[in-house]
Amino acid sequence: MALEVNGKSIAVDEEGYLENRDDWNTDIAKAIAQEEGLDMSDSHWEVVNFLREYYDEYQIAPAVRVLTKSIGKKLGKDKGNSKYLYELFPYGPAKQACKIAGLPKPTGCV
Amino acid sequence: MSKRFLYVNRKAPYGTIYALESLEVVLIGAAFEQDVSLAFLDDGVFQLTRGQQTDELGVKNFSPTYKALGDYDVNKIYVERESLEARGLSLDDLLPLTYEDEDDDWAEKDSIKLVSAAELAEIMQAQDVVLSF
Repeated sequence: MALEVNGKSIAVDEEGYLENRDDWNTDIAKAIAQEEGLDMSDSHWEVVNFLREYYDEYQIAPAVRVLTKSIGKKLGKDKGNSKYLYELFPYGPAKQACKIAGLPKPTGCV
Repeated sequence: MSKRFLYVNRKAPYGTIYALESLEVVLIGAAFEQDVSLAFLDDGVFQLTRGQQTDELGVKNFSPTYKALGDYDVNKIYVERESLEARGLSLDDLLPLTYEDEDDDWAEKDSIKLVSAAELAEIMQAQDVVLSF
């Protein structure tokens, strides 16, 4: 499967996750978000960027419980809760945000 | 009622899939809020060594993922002293694995405990489930 972004064809798997993490850029992120029916706000980017940093450091996409806890620690308690994250990413913060961030599907994702 | 799970890791990190599979099972299993500990012995101690370089092997270096175990509330990591010493390694050669202790004002603490073979045998005895990789 492939995603068309700026006239370029980007390989994705059957669920829409990037085949090659190095392909990622912000235009691709926006294109994936659009497929997901999301309009990227600063709050969305904050979570997506957090996930990319987490992946760079630990080489995994965190489970949603760990994501929630870590976001709370880094960005404050008002953001480190499921309600806030599910409002941004209704189909699951780990799953949907990871896809937009160009990361693999989280290990043990919900 | 949570059960006591021990994951026993005996193999070198690359060359077989055991080490990575074990780590993935631990991370997935961590969602079920059991009492989880990990043991590293024999060549398994190499899984925790610092400075792993896998470019020439053409596989992903997954050793940074061990540092996420603390986030997953997996903070009892036993390394067998005899195995470490037999390979000319010491605690300083291993990744610094830490966790934040919720019951102690989130103080950062070391997850790795060096134990003797005899102590590890006792730890194994005390488990409900032992999974060997």
